[in-house]
Amino acid sequence: MIENVVSIKLPADEELRVQKNRIAPEGIGPDAKRICIVTGTHGDELEGQLVCFELARFIKSNMQHLKGIVDIYPALNPLGIDSITRGIPGFDLDMNRTFPGMRDGSMPEYIAAAIFDDIAGADVCIDIHASNIFLREIPQVRINEVSATELLPLAMHLNVDFIWVHSAATVLESTLAYSLNAVGTRTLVAEMGVGMRLTIEYGNQLSKGIIALMAHLGMWDGPIPYVREPIISVDRQVEYINAAKSGIFVPRIEHWRDVRQGEHLGDIVSPMTGDVLVKVVSPCDGLVFTLREYPVVDEGSLIARILRM
Amino acid sequence: MEKIIVYEMESIYRDSFRITGYRFGSGEKSMCVVGAMRGNEVQQMYACSLLVDRMKTLESKGLITEGKSVTVIPCANPYSMNIGKRFWPTDNSDINRMFPGYGLGETTQRIADGLFRELMGYEYGVQFASYHVPGKFAPHVRMMRTGFEAVEDAKMFNLPYVVLVDPRPFDSGVLNYNWQIWETKAFSLYTENTARTDRRSALKVVDSITRFLDKVGVISYSGKAGYVPDVIEESHLVSIQTSSAGIFEPDVEVKTLVSEGDLLARILDPYEGCVREEVRATCDGVVFFRHADPLIYADTVVFKLIPVGEFRVSDRG
Ligand SMILES: [Zn+2]
Repeated sequence: MIENVVSIKLPADEELRVQKNRIAPEGIGPDAKRICIVTGTHGDELEGQLVCFELARFIKSNMQHLKGIVDIYPALNPLGIDSITRGIPGFDLDMNRTFPGMRDGSMPEYIAAAIFDDIAGADVCIDIHASNIFLREIPQVRINEVSATELLPLAMHLNVDFIWVHSAATVLESTLAYSLNAVGTRTLVAEMGVGMRLTIEYGNQLSKGIIALMAHLGMWDGPIPYVREPIISVDRQVEYINAAKSGIFVPRIEHWRDVRQGEHLGDIVSPMTGDVLVKVVSPCDGLVFTLREYPVVDEGSLIARILRM
Repeated sequence: MEKIIVYEMESIYRDSFRITGYRFGSGEKSMCVVGAMRGNEVQQMYACSLLVDRMKTLESKGLITEGKSVTVIPCANPYSMNIGKRFWPTDNSDINRMFPGYGLGETTQRIADGLFRELMGYEYGVQFASYHVPGKFAPHVRMMRTGFEAVEDAKMFNLPYVVLVDPRPFDSGVLNYNWQIWETKAFSLYTENTARTDRRSALKVVDSITRFLDKVGVISYSGKAGYVPDVIEESHLVSIQTSSAGIFEPDVEVKTLVSEGDLLARILDPYEGCVREEVRATCDGVVFFRHADPLIYADTVVFKLIPVGEFRVSDRG
């Protein structure tokens, strides 16, 4: 059933609606388990669209196995998705810095509060992000170290390649995930692919993982998909490579592969002169789990993240 | 006056990114003033340019105290200013969320790092700031409560109000916060506008800076006396929200004294012209902030009032 989570009137004959699809077996009790699948906070990240579609399609055609409530929120920032805007159009504000929101605040804070209240109390929430348009990411779950003990066992079911346990940076405190975890609603952040695109293989991979997690939670009694074993890291094992100069980045390796220390990863070149401005090499042996997708780089732009092996 | 390049970064196809500063006097780092950090902060840059002009005059008349120096940086983000974009051209990040910066990090972290190296070590730091929603403010000095905030000093700007704000988690990256942590007395000055220039309001800010510099002995300048400011807690401001969307027609300006029930604005139906909502004051007070866009959403704050009791009614013009 499609429900309005929050709606707000726009000036010229339009209502902004954030909606969810509640899928539940008939006659389900009030103490049923509930999982929330959330995406589209960043309007230019679309990988979660395929996951929402796949889950809704698959669950609806296998309703006999569903033992709980699945709430699917495919578009937390509908205006952003429509206008290819990462933040909330008109505010230049990152919605994922506004949680838990404020009922008497500005429009984005009001929407954030309504979304937060709607999700809070669920057994698990999966917040699906793509990478931005600049970087390509392997399917991964990112966990703040403060909630690692609770979230890591859940993340193991999600069929991702990589779990990144990162240190608690203060700037992350106003994200949806942090705010929900702070009130006891276990929330996992999945990140994969690249901005503005769908990676079909990744979408299917995570959808299977969510079914497997539901089985683990006792919300699904159908066949359990096979789940791959992820590589788990902590922050200190990740090496960042930033552009030493502005130019055009040309990758010389594939994403998600082993590299050796000193191996050639790519070049920052000048199309004007034909010169290679910087030869980018790996600082260590490891796995390239983030790779620059957008060719134009400024000095400092992130080119790759390597998981030290 | 000495023109300095505070930070420079090469670009593949654009002219180099440069942050330019103007140094007046010499010796002890007394005050640094930073103007635009976002590309739409035109009024902030403009106010700095008028300050540079004023400081040139003061310097030429020998009115800057021996052994004291003042630096003015009109624009810390010319790349965004020149393309009419608020944040960083490529990744849309905000330099004013990146302090104290990181020299080996992402582009705007590097810019913040380069800038902050210059900004450290001043006794007083002033930023001309702007708010993330379109609106007009009563001129005020804004300070974060970090434990280092210098409230008595803030009063010396003689702007009508000093507003104390409790920092939120994401404030840990803003300049004001980091200046305070690194022992500079930091003040954010808010003027009435952002994207439009307003000479009268910019000159008021210039006056208030020069008066401050005079009081702390950095220059000799006898300007007009300003306000004796009230100190206000941000959390005490009263927000007034809309319930309808439409065309926003304000009836009052910032700094107006209003009574509970007074009409503050009307919201009109954008197609039919009729009044959808009358926005009224919910308490007696002074208008501190008002929305400044012709269109308005529902459930949005359009006014903030300073309630009676938080200020002295007498010396308001
Ligand atoms: Zn995202």
